[in-house]
Amino acid sequence: MEVKKGIAVSPGIAIARALVIDSEESRIPRRSVRQGQVAGEVRRVRDAFKRAVSELTEMEAAQGIEGGQIKDIFAVHRRFLRDKSLRNRIVRMVEAEKVTAEYAVSATMHQIAEHFSQVKDHYISERAADIYDLEKRLLHHLLGGLKEDIAHIAEQVVVVAHELTPTQTANFNRTYIRGLATDAGGRTSHTAIVARSMGIPAVVGLEDVTGSLTGSDTIIIDGNHGVVVINPDDDTIAEYEKYSRQYLKLEHQLDALRDLPAVTRDGVEITLLGNIEFPDESQLIIDKGGQGIGLYRTEFLYLYSETEPTEEDHYEAYAETIRAFGNKPIVIRTMDLGADKFTQSRRFDPEPNPFLGLRSIRFCLQNLAIFKTQLRAILRASLLGNVSIMFPLITNLPELRQAKMILRDVMEDLDEDGIKYKQGIKVGIMIETPSAALTAATLAQDADFFSIGTNDLIQYTLAVDRGNERVSSLYTGAEPAVLRLLRAVVQDAYRAKIGLSICGEMASEPEYIMLLLGMGVRTFSLAPPLIPEVKQVIRSVSIDKCNQITRKVLTMTSHRQVESFLRDATRKVLPEVF
Amino acid sequence: MEKLVCETEVEVRNPDGLHMRPAMQFVDVASQFSSNIEVSNAEYTVDGKSIMQVTMLAATCGTKLLIKATGKDAEEAIRALRELFTKQLAPNPPSAEASGKQN
Repeated sequence: MEVKKGIAVSPGIAIARALVIDSEESRIPRRSVRQGQVAGEVRRVRDAFKRAVSELTEMEAAQGIEGGQIKDIFAVHRRFLRDKSLRNRIVRMVEAEKVTAEYAVSATMHQIAEHFSQVKDHYISERAADIYDLEKRLLHHLLGGLKEDIAHIAEQVVVVAHELTPTQTANFNRTYIRGLATDAGGRTSHTAIVARSMGIPAVVGLEDVTGSLTGSDTIIIDGNHGVVVINPDDDTIAEYEKYSRQYLKLEHQLDALRDLPAVTRDGVEITLLGNIEFPDESQLIIDKGGQGIGLYRTEFLYLYSETEPTEEDHYEAYAETIRAFGNKPIVIRTMDLGADKFTQSRRFDPEPNPFLGLRSIRFCLQNLAIFKTQLRAILRASLLGNVSIMFPLITNLPELRQAKMILRDVMEDLDEDGIKYKQGIKVGIMIETPSAALTAATLAQDADFFSIGTNDLIQYTLAVDRGNERVSSLYTGAEPAVLRLLRAVVQDAYRAKIGLSICGEMASEPEYIMLLLGMGVRTFSLAPPLIPEVKQVIRSVSIDKCNQITRKVLTMTSHRQVESFLRDATRKVLPEVF
Repeated sequence: MEKLVCETEVEVRNPDGLHMRPAMQFVDVASQFSSNIEVSNAEYTVDGKSIMQVTMLAATCGTKLLIKATGKDAEEAIRALRELFTKQLAPNPPSAEASGKQN
């Protein structure tokens, strides 16, 4: 039994077999297998070599006659993959040390590359790069097969990985995945967002949990306390099963709030909406008492399939959700790829600084065909319900105007084709860059509503990568700089009389709710499973009290002071939340 | 069946050494023969039909290599491999002078 402590990012308890997913992008940890699994691992090594050879043969053929040097490289690599002594060396390692195919490939290739890099001759030492390239190719095939396994899994598991990418989570068979645990990540990493939207427990920032597991361990994920137990003994399992039952009971109590309004003690009505990552989560919003969708993310359309989604793919996905929501509001955010998320068919050139690079609306404005396809589908679907459009990552007014001009172009195209759409559809923007927050009054002239995306706003304001565990402790919404920006945006929206909501993680953290209410926020959009808890906070407070709290917090000078003050204030009104 | 042992010593003369592409040419030639082919530098002896092992010799320009073939086509194998070094792998192929010497 081994207990590890990480960051709790999605509540709940899961006890299941651990399924470890390695990634070719990160170091493969040494992982042992049982004697009975050795033959299977050897077969996987051989299959990976076979597949890698045929892949290279195809690539070589595709290069044509003019391939020249590139063709030479392929030819050399292919000979390496056909080299029996290389393959046997890896197979022997699997057999002798009883380790996974991934580890044997990675370790052997590293040994060989190491050998090359020690050679004084510059030309030969550089050959290490070829070996790493071959390693990646083999791992890609090994892990590729594993991805299919995950899609076809038929028993309950907890997925453990160094870090999960959107492409990986899009392939999840969601029926069987009971929890997530990762080495890296913070409260707002992709893993955390997916776990919350799926309503399953998750612990991140465990540093080396992938290295502590073999193929068939049982694992407990305690998403309430950020604890993971590997190979728990019977007593521990019994203890956690009991705790899990108690926790579910509390959940049921919260679910009883479902049909009660989100209204403060002094009678101010608050709107609670859901954020969704996949269309099938929309039902969860209704189940949890949400009043609409405040953030309909559309990236899944680009991550699910090998090809770019067609207008019909977009339309079908939107239409299904819109029909299910009747006249409840749905805010569809246009494509927000780049940075940590990429489309599959369009491998962007790697950027040295992706979060400051060609992402989101910037990508759309440079790739009009993709952008227009999506806008056309949203406009067509707008007839079916109460839909608005939201542009992400706007940094200045010309950018917003350009995006709106393209939207008008698409409307004109639809007019010409005699296709109907909702006239006067509302168009809003995410406020998620300091630049947008500081010029909110200007942007408000051309926007029907603002939605504050706190995750990016915090990371850009504080210059902290929220996914980097070495600095993620510096990432907090309680920084005075962030709070001032938030208050300014809320005030500017009020002055301009446009809609305002908050859709980042801050909207779902109980300790921030009073502060945000005191700033004047009246619409919150959050992960559906967390709606009842936030509703409970809202129903326990008065706006008067919230205003006092906010005034006090805005005079504070450090995030620690703000955090402890807000925690105390929330505990006073709602002791059971903590 | 007749089993011959033949060997030759060659010097790597091309400036980049026995790097990827020349190693590939070497392995390709060696693999045409049924004989067992071994290549040695001062330290190691490796299988001449394995590109991994041949490249791991890290034979830079100026390295002397001993090639040994064992099998019924050993003689042809050695002749072909020596020719590789004197022709294709010479510094200015193919007009350069022969540089391999036979033991």
